[in-house]
Amino acid sequence: MTEEIIIAGFGGQGVLSMGKILAYSGIMQEQEVSWMPSYGPEMRGGTANVTVILSDERISSPILTEYDTAIILNQQSLDKFEKAVKPGGLLIYDGNGISHHPERKDIRIYRVDAADEAGKLGLAKIFNMIVLGGYLKVNPVVELDNVIKGLKKSLPQRYHHMIPDNEKAIMRGMEIIYPVKGS
Amino acid sequence: MGELKLMKGNEAIAEAAIRAGVDAYFGYPITPQSEVIEYLMVEKPYETTGMVVLQAESEIAAINMVYGAAASGKKAMTSSSSPGISLKQEGISYMAGAELPCLIANVVRGGPGLGTIQPSQADYFQATKGGGHGDYHMIVLAPASVQEMADFVSKGFDLAFKYRTPVMILSDGLIGQMMEKVILSEHTPRWTDEEIIKLSPWATTGKPASRERNIITSLDLDPYRQEEHNIHLQKKYKEIREKEVEYEEIMCEDAEYLFVAYGSSSRIAQKAIKLGREKGIKAGLLRPITLYPFPSEAIRRLSQQVKGILSLEMSAGQMIEDIRLSVDCEMKVEHFGRMGGVIHSPAEALQALEEKIIGG
Repeated sequence: MTEEIIIAGFGGQGVLSMGKILAYSGIMQEQEVSWMPSYGPEMRGGTANVTVILSDERISSPILTEYDTAIILNQQSLDKFEKAVKPGGLLIYDGNGISHHPERKDIRIYRVDAADEAGKLGLAKIFNMIVLGGYLKVNPVVELDNVIKGLKKSLPQRYHHMIPDNEKAIMRGMEIIYPVKGS
Repeated sequence: MGELKLMKGNEAIAEAAIRAGVDAYFGYPITPQSEVIEYLMVEKPYETTGMVVLQAESEIAAINMVYGAAASGKKAMTSSSSPGISLKQEGISYMAGAELPCLIANVVRGGPGLGTIQPSQADYFQATKGGGHGDYHMIVLAPASVQEMADFVSKGFDLAFKYRTPVMILSDGLIGQMMEKVILSEHTPRWTDEEIIKLSPWATTGKPASRERNIITSLDLDPYRQEEHNIHLQKKYKEIREKEVEYEEIMCEDAEYLFVAYGSSSRIAQKAIKLGREKGIKAGLLRPITLYPFPSEAIRRLSQQVKGILSLEMSAGQMIEDIRLSVDCEMKVEHFGRMGGVIHSPAEALQALEEKIIGG
């Protein structure tokens, strides 16, 4: 198994930390992992992305041009990465702020309205965990137990009291994600 | 087994330095390697192992602090990225001349000049051919993973003290910024004053009545003595070339074409090889682990097996000169690489192999 993922959105949406939690979850599941952030001028302009690879084998290139899965949190990232999903691959996006929706017919497209849901739950800070939950519902690359262990490893001790809320957010994401018809 | 962590390459260098019993880190922040000093400032090893961590007023000050610490037999290191490493060249040349062991990590970014903050491998010439003035070489280690970023700290110091010479870890923004699993070694205590006197009898540790003064200098105005010193240095570099070459061969057994790539490009080459083999192209990879000394013999041997060699570097083609010097037949040796902070993709690397070597 090798899963090559791009997570992309605005800086501050928790893109990099979602990737980190996913990578830690992979470690808990005894997978090989890599996490490669954008750190260049694009990031300083407000967008952030991270490539996460989970694999049973030694990982070669941490930099890719096409992905099994794209997790997309804003319009710029959708415009940039929709075309980078491998045929048959998976695209998950949050509809918040999206005016041009994905159009490809040769990939599986799912929508998770995590920003709205986070607002309703009053859990804006863990919006990214709702997205992660949605992804894990569609593609359970790591088991939920290992995600919780990954959270414990990646969050500093002072945030450990927030783990139940994170777990709740993941569960909620699993419930609200839905396939976009016609994809 | 040691502790397993998910870390950035830069953080791995810093943590490995604490665990290797390093006495002092002197640095100055620059993207994409600032996490080295940031990590050390958070971990505060000066409160645990006693390791000094100091942000100097400049890169030049930092390398000269390394000179001072190394002269007294301490394990001292610095790190920077390309423009900062250029500033350190005078100090590095002085340390090579004065035969001082130290570790310098260069997390390379695109150049020339201030360039960009994105990854590059365009400092190969500077690292392997001198960089500073005079006839000298550093031992240059090229990590291709976060694990090797950690492992090459203690390995670098072992080599530095074995040969009394500066050692460089030559990585780039990709290996520095990415996170991977790393297994950390156990803590090695810092050397005691007694151990330093025993291990490095040349060091300026305070003159007892029982020996002559130890003098650390790169200056000798007598040209004949200076020539003697140069001959001695060259003898040392020859020994390093004979004994310390390290490389890795990946899928070379049946290879008809060969990539030569180090560091992050070697990772990209491995993916390109996988993509190529899906199309029936039998390519392999020779990954130099030491760039100085360069694995010339291994490349010469493989050149008798393959039909062509592609040097993959994020530069205009620097290592290719050493590859061409290693190959004495009419072998097709070409270069491919993006520049200025752009990272070539595995697909681009494979396409270059097909166009420049197989079809060319």
